[in-house]
Amino acid sequence: MPPEPLLTVEKVNLAIRGNPILRDVSLQVTTGEIVALIGPNGAGKSTLARVALGLIRADSGRVWRKPGARVGYMPQRLVVDDTLPLSVRRFATLGTPASRARVREALAEVGAVHVLDAPVQAISGGEMQRVLLARALLREPELLVLDEPIQGVDLNGQYELYDLISGLRQRRGCGILMVSHELHLVMATTDHVLCLNRHVCCSGHPDHVARDPAYLQLFGLDGARHLAIYHHRHNHRHDLHGAVVEPVESETHG
Amino acid sequence: MDDFLLRALLGGFGVALAAGPLGAFVVWRRMAYFGDALAHSGLLGVLLGAMLHINPQLGVVLTCLLVALALVVLQWRRGLATDTLLGILAHATLSLGLVALAFLETVRVDLVGYLFGDILAITTADLYWIWGGGLLALGALAGLWRPLLAMTVHEDLARVEGVAVFPTRLAFMLLIALVVAVAMKVVGILLVTSLLIIPAAAARRFARSPEGMAALASLIGGAAVGLGLWASLRWDTPAGPSVVVAATALFVLGLATPGRSRR
Repeated sequence: MPPEPLLTVEKVNLAIRGNPILRDVSLQVTTGEIVALIGPNGAGKSTLARVALGLIRADSGRVWRKPGARVGYMPQRLVVDDTLPLSVRRFATLGTPASRARVREALAEVGAVHVLDAPVQAISGGEMQRVLLARALLREPELLVLDEPIQGVDLNGQYELYDLISGLRQRRGCGILMVSHELHLVMATTDHVLCLNRHVCCSGHPDHVARDPAYLQLFGLDGARHLAIYHHRHNHRHDLHGAVVEPVESETHG
Repeated sequence: MDDFLLRALLGGFGVALAAGPLGAFVVWRRMAYFGDALAHSGLLGVLLGAMLHINPQLGVVLTCLLVALALVVLQWRRGLATDTLLGILAHATLSLGLVALAFLETVRVDLVGYLFGDILAITTADLYWIWGGGLLALGALAGLWRPLLAMTVHEDLARVEGVAVFPTRLAFMLLIALVVAVAMKVVGILLVTSLLIIPAAAARRFARSPEGMAALASLIGGAAVGLGLWASLRWDTPAGPSVVVAATALFVLGLATPGRSRR
């Protein structure tokens, strides 16, 4: 099946109270593709994701989503007020009615089945991220927009979640737009990287972006080194076939 | 039992029934001050009703709707925080009502009755109004339940999942306006918000689901009405405030009881 466009953002400009946030930004997400937005704090990554979702209207430019496409969204931070008694199961089905069995299945897929009946306020930040992903998956999304999906997740969990997310594209064929800070993970698991600093500094395949002078200027050698670390680690994981992964930071070859 | 007492109980129960679930949402959405602002405009509504020769409660509903719409418009312009805007609206409308009252020499209004409620003077017509308005509000809330709950938890996420956020929020504001107008007769405009908030707050510790909390809030509100009326007869205290004191007593009692929810 040839990739089909799900989301197109063309030459979008946006200023908030006269302060330019996005300048001439374009991006596209097709089926089965992971596009990552990286960039420093305040670069407009989350804003761009919200523009792509239609939550914010751009001052100019065009935003197109495949008509009728089911969209799953994982917002950056979600805290449920203590006054609202809500179990994780109810929380997950707020957007899409689903049977208990289906919720359990979706939670199992993200590795959070143990919190099924817990009050949503009682789970950890990392568990909340998994629950949010499960809620998005319950919608059977064609397009997934993930805003910092692994924040608050412990290190081992981060790799797991990233593997899960890149697995989603293969299993479900959905297109994924992801905002992330974790350069080493992004670089190893995505198809297309957009380096944003209010405008698109550089974009393309991760290997290409990592060598771009604009990228090196934004993230410095640190960013480049992370890349090497992960490549090594990535190869290692594939050799092990499910065995416990030992940290291999000391064996970098970069 | 005396007729007036029966009517008072029926009226109070009707209000408590509707105020429970709506009050739960007021608590979850942190809109206590909004309810208060609407209630403060109630006096203006009574006068509006008298001037237009329509039912005073209808006047209150209309005025509350206008205040709700004014708030939406003012929020659009930004610049000022919502609680500031609500403070302005609440006290401007209450003062306007009092000033207008001075001008309308031909209109006789039981000011204390409107400010603090007159549950013992509830008529059969009032009962129709309370139960009709209350059931209407409950039915509409049941229809709004799922989208409203989703956007209460996270508005953007709800929007992405297909909730029409703006119409839903507007509809909810209108429902609060309706319930405020309905509850006014029982506890008066200065105390209306308490019937929305206190039973819901008291129910929180014992509820595990949103629906459970809403239903329990109705029950606690009903119990407060019964207790308040009884105390009012027993010690000859003002009925409306006695109901609120009873609700508060139940809330405090709940705090002292080990709850079902963890924390």
